[in-house]
Amino acid sequence: MSTLVVIVCYLCLLLALGFYSSRLFRGTSKDYFVASHSIGPFLLLMSVFGTTMTAFALVGSTGKSFERGIGTYGLMASISGLVHAAVFFIIGIRLWAFGKKYGYVTQIQFFRARFESDGLGYLLFPILVLLVVPYLLIGIIGAGKTIEPVTAGAFPAIFTDPSIPAWLGGVPPWLTGLVVCVVVLAYVFMGGSRGAAYANTFQTIVFMFMGLVAFVFIVKALGGIDNAGNVAARITEDGKIVQDFRFDKKEGALAKNEPPKPIGRLLEPDQAKELTNVQPHFTRTPIDVEFKKKNPKTGEVSAFERELGIPFLTFLTYLFIPLSVGMFPHLFQHWLTAKSAKAFRLTVIAHPLCIMVVWVPCVLIGAWASGLLPPGIPPPAVLSAMLKLLVGDPILTGLLTAGVLAAIMSSLDSQFLCMGTIFTNDIVLHRAGKEKYSDKQIIFIARAFIVAIVVLTYALAMLAKDANVFDLAIWCFSGFAALFPIVVAALYWKRATKEGAYAGIIAAMVMWFYYFQQSGYGGEYVVGPGIVPAAICFVASAVALVAVSLVTKPPSKETLDKFFPDAA
Amino acid sequence: MSTTESSSGKTLVWGLFLLMFVLHQDKWWWDDGTLVFGFLPVGLAFHAVFSLACAALGWLAIKMAWPHDLEAFAETETTAAEKEEGSS
Repeated sequence: MSTLVVIVCYLCLLLALGFYSSRLFRGTSKDYFVASHSIGPFLLLMSVFGTTMTAFALVGSTGKSFERGIGTYGLMASISGLVHAAVFFIIGIRLWAFGKKYGYVTQIQFFRARFESDGLGYLLFPILVLLVVPYLLIGIIGAGKTIEPVTAGAFPAIFTDPSIPAWLGGVPPWLTGLVVCVVVLAYVFMGGSRGAAYANTFQTIVFMFMGLVAFVFIVKALGGIDNAGNVAARITEDGKIVQDFRFDKKEGALAKNEPPKPIGRLLEPDQAKELTNVQPHFTRTPIDVEFKKKNPKTGEVSAFERELGIPFLTFLTYLFIPLSVGMFPHLFQHWLTAKSAKAFRLTVIAHPLCIMVVWVPCVLIGAWASGLLPPGIPPPAVLSAMLKLLVGDPILTGLLTAGVLAAIMSSLDSQFLCMGTIFTNDIVLHRAGKEKYSDKQIIFIARAFIVAIVVLTYALAMLAKDANVFDLAIWCFSGFAALFPIVVAALYWKRATKEGAYAGIIAAMVMWFYYFQQSGYGGEYVVGPGIVPAAICFVASAVALVAVSLVTKPPSKETLDKFFPDAA
Repeated sequence: MSTTESSSGKTLVWGLFLLMFVLHQDKWWWDDGTLVFGFLPVGLAFHAVFSLACAALGWLAIKMAWPHDLEAFAETETTAAEKEEGSS
């Protein structure tokens, strides 16, 4: 119960911050959409970082590390530090410059002008919306999966149908999702992009700090930093995967399993000799194993296979996925809030460091969890299960859970706001003309669309409540990454044409949808020996864009002079 | 900063950027589960240091390849006609 009280207090604090930021709102649509280009370096860093890190960073990374080990960090985090910072530098500053100069508030306005095409906006709008919606879903689903286990037992008489029996009385995912949507909606509704920037900054500080606190307490419960490294699952000389320790809740300390508890086995027993005493979650070479899991509702035990480690080609081609930030519409909007180009400097330098601070502890916790939790536990529930098991104190658990919610909500707000912004500007105002509506009416339209998209997203999240948060995020990122050649060509290649842009977008989306369908609509999927679909979609888009651009009429001189000022 | 300095700075930054992609593959640690400082698997420790190097590269890029021209272009006064044209 105390856990829940802490979480509710945190949400109330956030609402108060939303109310405060709404008092700074200047009442203009420009202020609502891009905070009148007034955001300085620190707020920009925090809001950009908070936006790119979601349930994916805390819940997803811990779960993926539990499944595949420490390679998760190199796979997504360290490469993101390199690629994101480069994209902010090469793409972000340039787009900010054109946005500031020509008054754009959305990506589509830029693309329409650069490619001299209205139709391109109508093609891009539904694509961007469809790709952002899964990103929203992962936040709502992630929040639901985090809160239920940590509040288990709080209301046994009210919540009688838990996801698994052990979580009886926990706040169900539908209620958590609803509360999160309402809170985020409230402060975005009131304060627009300035409200989102303030809330993001506050929440980013909260989740970074709480992540570190969680790490410290988990390490303490594991018997100190030196012992924590011994906890991960181990391979025995006869090819079994065993857990050497268990957590004794009565004693509040680790206890040795005598004999070690078998939880699975190598599928190729010949490997046992060379892998004896290896902790597979601390290496990256792929190993196929079989685990057993018990159905929590029926008690039935069944076997399932899992690949630990990461195939080399998957690791190599994953570098395409972080390119997605170049095409995130919500990030474009954050870039445009910057006061000056110099405001980007702190973000370029500190973004990789912030990623490290958040991801290294989470990845370690996930790898250690392999030695304590049952292997069949759903990956998104690993972090909260570790908190519940190791950090029994309800107030501390509440604070740490608030940190997870903070990470989730700091992305949701920007995405909701961005949906309202692109609908208002790229569809309504573009068709009707800006002069038809007053500033108040424009803000009203944006708010109405935000409410509609929140309702739709909530309904979809309830339908897809069992989706794997990490895999869903990867599909969303893959779609945006496939569109990355379009923005690069628009900014750096004079010969890129309208027809080329159409071809690139269509090629990217056809390929993306093909692989998405092949994956069973959102499952983990690689092509051939381990190539991620984003790499193939990216290449297809780039080839189509270049080939078609070269055989079609170049853009007009006026357009080139406008978007290539350094060459004019 | 002279054009030559700026151009060689950009080349250096691009060169280091490409080198970072190569280093990121770190095939040499893949089988190694050795713990650094008693708790950090060496594969993870390498990538944590890699993140620090990314921050250093960002700092270098700002020092040596900052788009001064673009910054000046964005900061110059924009006419209403330019803005109207831009958002149409």
